[in-house]
Amino acid sequence: MKFFISIILIALTSFAVCLYLPWWSITIVALVVAIIIPQKPLVSFFAGFIAVFLLWLILSFIISNANDHILAQKVSMLILKSSNPALLILITGFIGGIVAGLGALTGSFIRRPNY
Amino acid sequence: MRVIPLAISAIATIAVVLLLNTKYVLPAALGKLLAPQSGIWQNAEPTLTQETKDLHFSQLKGKTEVYFDERMVPHIFADNETDAIFVQGYLHAKDRLWQMDLQVKAAAGRVSEVIGEKGLEHDREFRRLGMVYGAENSLKQMEADPQIKAICDAYTAGINAYISSLTEAQLPLEYKLIGYEPELWSNFKTALFLKYMSYDLAAHEADFEMTNAKSFFSKEDFNLLYPASQDSLDPIVPRGTKFEKPTLLPIAPSSADSLYFNSVNVASSAKPDPSNGSNNWAVSGARTTTGSPILCNDPHLGLNLPSLWYEIQISTPDYNAYGVSFPGAPCVIIGFNDSCAFGFTNGGRDVRDYYEIEFKDASRKQYRFNGEWKNTEFRYEEIKIEGKPAFIDTVAYTLFGPVMFDPSFGAKRGTNKKNYAVRWKAHDPSNELRIFYQLDRAKNYADYQQAVLNLHTPGQNVIFACKNGDIAIRTQGEWPAKWKGQGDFVMPGIDSSYMWQGMIADSETPYQYNPERGFVSSANQKPVDSTYPYYLGREYPVYRGLIINRMLDTMQMIDVAKMKKMQTDNFNVLAQIAMPVLLKNIDEELLNPTGKKYAEMLRGWDLRNDPQSTGATVFELVWLKMRSLIFDDEFANAPQPIQLPFESTLVDGLLKDSAWKFIDNIKTPEKETFKQIFTQAIINAVPDLEETSTKGKLKWAAYKDTRVTHLAKLNEFSSLHLPIGGGTNNINAAKETHGPSWRMIVSLTEKTEAWGIYPGGQSGNPGSKYYNDFVTDWALGKYYRLWVMTKDEKTNKRIQCKMNFSKS
Repeated sequence: MKFFISIILIALTSFAVCLYLPWWSITIVALVVAIIIPQKPLVSFFAGFIAVFLLWLILSFIISNANDHILAQKVSMLILKSSNPALLILITGFIGGIVAGLGALTGSFIRRPNY
Repeated sequence: MRVIPLAISAIATIAVVLLLNTKYVLPAALGKLLAPQSGIWQNAEPTLTQETKDLHFSQLKGKTEVYFDERMVPHIFADNETDAIFVQGYLHAKDRLWQMDLQVKAAAGRVSEVIGEKGLEHDREFRRLGMVYGAENSLKQMEADPQIKAICDAYTAGINAYISSLTEAQLPLEYKLIGYEPELWSNFKTALFLKYMSYDLAAHEADFEMTNAKSFFSKEDFNLLYPASQDSLDPIVPRGTKFEKPTLLPIAPSSADSLYFNSVNVASSAKPDPSNGSNNWAVSGARTTTGSPILCNDPHLGLNLPSLWYEIQISTPDYNAYGVSFPGAPCVIIGFNDSCAFGFTNGGRDVRDYYEIEFKDASRKQYRFNGEWKNTEFRYEEIKIEGKPAFIDTVAYTLFGPVMFDPSFGAKRGTNKKNYAVRWKAHDPSNELRIFYQLDRAKNYADYQQAVLNLHTPGQNVIFACKNGDIAIRTQGEWPAKWKGQGDFVMPGIDSSYMWQGMIADSETPYQYNPERGFVSSANQKPVDSTYPYYLGREYPVYRGLIINRMLDTMQMIDVAKMKKMQTDNFNVLAQIAMPVLLKNIDEELLNPTGKKYAEMLRGWDLRNDPQSTGATVFELVWLKMRSLIFDDEFANAPQPIQLPFESTLVDGLLKDSAWKFIDNIKTPEKETFKQIFTQAIINAVPDLEETSTKGKLKWAAYKDTRVTHLAKLNEFSSLHLPIGGGTNNINAAKETHGPSWRMIVSLTEKTEAWGIYPGGQSGNPGSKYYNDFVTDWALGKYYRLWVMTKDEKTNKRIQCKMNFSKS
């Protein structure tokens, strides 16, 4: 249960915070949530990872879909050297996931002083 | 606390964030770029937008409504002039900000600020050419004119209103990819942009190349290779027109023969594309089916994305103009209003000359002039370089102008350590915006005459047609009155004797007003025949003008369909003129079966550079081989840089004399005939033709490979491999990266009917479906009917979205 609450909290807060603050705020959001809702380090990591992975994946998919993937085709060609909007969306999610996951992991170590 | 895991995890987190937020390790800041709420995804515009935006700004006086049609062309309806131009600035910025910023940085020699040291050579060259100096001079003149200052201020305010409203997420894509931010606009930047157009259009000279040629070839050979007249010239003002005695007689200095033709080995300066040129023509109502004039214009410029042009309608209680504008300047530039239509082709005269300066010593503080030492003025150009300390370039200014080339800066001129000052007409104060300001409002020929006088540099062939039936063209500009040969070569700069002695009076400008033949036209050819009393230089393209006049001469019952067909015509008139001589000179016995096959294709060619034509490709390759066989021997030891003779010289030479002097290969003892040379050209072309054929590129469009290139040269954002015919000597002058940048046809019937298209799209955002949506239709020779929207069409289904501007 804590796991799912963490995911939802990280995802929603990340979305809200990124309306105003730089993208890497997601790592601080995940860190704070991991402190508030203590879980095992690996579990915290996955909560952070899944939360922002899904958030960014869904956001970029919605945007790209409304755009008929015009931009994604060109940018994926530019960055990945192949026209592959799906892969670009996946990479977007993965980057967000890793950064948030690492933040959450760090948070979990702060919260759990004594084992 | 588990200190070690915490530390490792914290460091890893910070490292990953840094890695993804900077370009130090990765080629791009991937995290920053791909973050969906601020990165590049924000530039993926929804393809379906139907919205109304209300915007309020304190600078506005009244209300302005903007309606965007299905091609995203804005139709601006404003209460007053300055509000309309404010909104034009706002829209230019909304759709083209990155391009505007980049073009002005290029004009000002500030590219290094963005791309680092590799921009330094360009920046130094532009600073030394006096681009900033020229823009400063123009700005003073523009701001001294209250009406022009008012529209420039409004334009700047509109752009800055948009820039100030931008969030990080809304930055144009290129800023995010390259990693920098836009700067605020200013009237000075508008002046710089216009100066950039002067650079593009008023830099028609080959002084260093010609100086080298003159020093290398005998006087006789030089005159044969670079004649001052062309046999096939059909001038803008028809041959036989009488000209008045000149009001100013420029006198050649007495030393011209002894001093002027001395030898120097120098570099070439930065040159715009030599094929910057254009077609325009207007036919009188007597020749059209409707009885009303039709005006056509297609300026040939570099083909880029985002396009140089932005389509727009500006409507105020005073005027209603439609056409294309420059993102970077206010007003409609080429277009029409409710009374008349106007367009331009480049005048192409030489208004940039170089003078060799003699400094007293290495300090460059004084230079010799009229027997005394004059003090130099120094301009310190600080060139900021991304990632490096700034570079200070100290440029010496003389009475002639800036010393562009000196021992510290030689471009590619090798060991020559001389000093050359540049005298460029674009350095002089001028107020070019006024011509567009007045043309947008012109109601009749008198208004047009008034308007064009404001055009000094770049000089243009300004064409005009009016609903009352008038048609006209003027070869307008402020042109130096030159003695024969003045400025063809680098001139001595130790006294005033070689300086320009004055400008040709406006009353002596060649023009045509309702001529008997029922049309006016220009295609960058020499405007007049040799009876015109001023020297106009050597180099002008002749062939497009020839075919345009020939077609118009015989065309009857002209309608828009015929004009479309003509404007996109791929007939190669150079080939038509040259082909009879070429085909007579093929020695079949020397050709192997493959050679014979290509010779046969040449014979069977219909002289059209159509996209599917293979004959056009054969002709092109054989022609290049032939030119090389003819000239390579003579030019082998010539000093660099040098320029080959113009194509028309080669054609005229071959036509006049099958034993033309340069046909012979001077490196062999025997005297080659043209038959030997041309047959050899076919043989030499065969390997290239076979290779082209194997690659499947023998068809003309595939071989030529026309493309519209993104300004940062990113292929992913470019339109490549376009199925378009045409070429250099065709009316449809679509070359590899250069061509008809806006095709327009205006029929001046009671309700104006106009067609147009440019190879781009209204949006400068590669993530928009409006980014390059016109390109395919352009390549196919299609046109869009231009919609001059009226106020009672506000509910028309074509309207996609709307913006309301009002005072806050």
